[in-house]
Amino acid sequence: MIPVIRKLLVLLVLLTPIVATAQGNLEINTPAISALKNTMQARHSQLAPHYASGAVGVARDGSIAMRDANAVPLAQRQAVTGLVAAENSDRAGLYREIARANGHPEWEAEVRNTFAQRWADKAQAGWYVQNASGQWVQK
Amino acid sequence: MTTGDKRMRIERWSPVLAALGLSACVTINIYFPAAAAEKAADRIIDEVWQLKNGAKVPADEQHKEAK
Repeated sequence: MIPVIRKLLVLLVLLTPIVATAQGNLEINTPAISALKNTMQARHSQLAPHYASGAVGVARDGSIAMRDANAVPLAQRQAVTGLVAAENSDRAGLYREIARANGHPEWEAEVRNTFAQRWADKAQAGWYVQNASGQWVQK
Repeated sequence: MTTGDKRMRIERWSPVLAALGLSACVTINIYFPAAAAEKAADRIIDEVWQLKNGAKVPADEQHKEAK
């Protein structure tokens, strides 16, 4: 009886560090994630004035949205719509890639929710952020 | 019950115990690591929105590599 218990204990002790490291950090240094990060960073300089004008807002689902098209001159409107769509497609890819890189594709929705919260928290003063009930609130 | 019987019983159930032990470990690992995800999100958002100097360092490194 004792040898069996001892074997199980040894097994548990050996496995504990593996579990502990798995909890420490998420893998975000893959080529796919870096590529998405870089295109999003490059796009940000084009989007920033539209966050500031209130034309584009930080949505509650981890994406961004055109919330006031009238704040954009008509000639630019289509370009901004394109920017918003491209950003949202990159963000969806980012959430999916982070979940995948960590061996849990099913985490995608939770990764998205975590980002949604952090985008909203880090949005600059004056930007519009969507609250839990879907209303746009200026920070 | 003899000692031999007891021993056989334990030996019969030990694979089940081992499987239970292992599945407990796997169960811990499939919980979403919320704190780690938040840290990862912060690092990425800081870079994308260029909120900290962190965004500048990789650019310098790339510059050096280019040389």
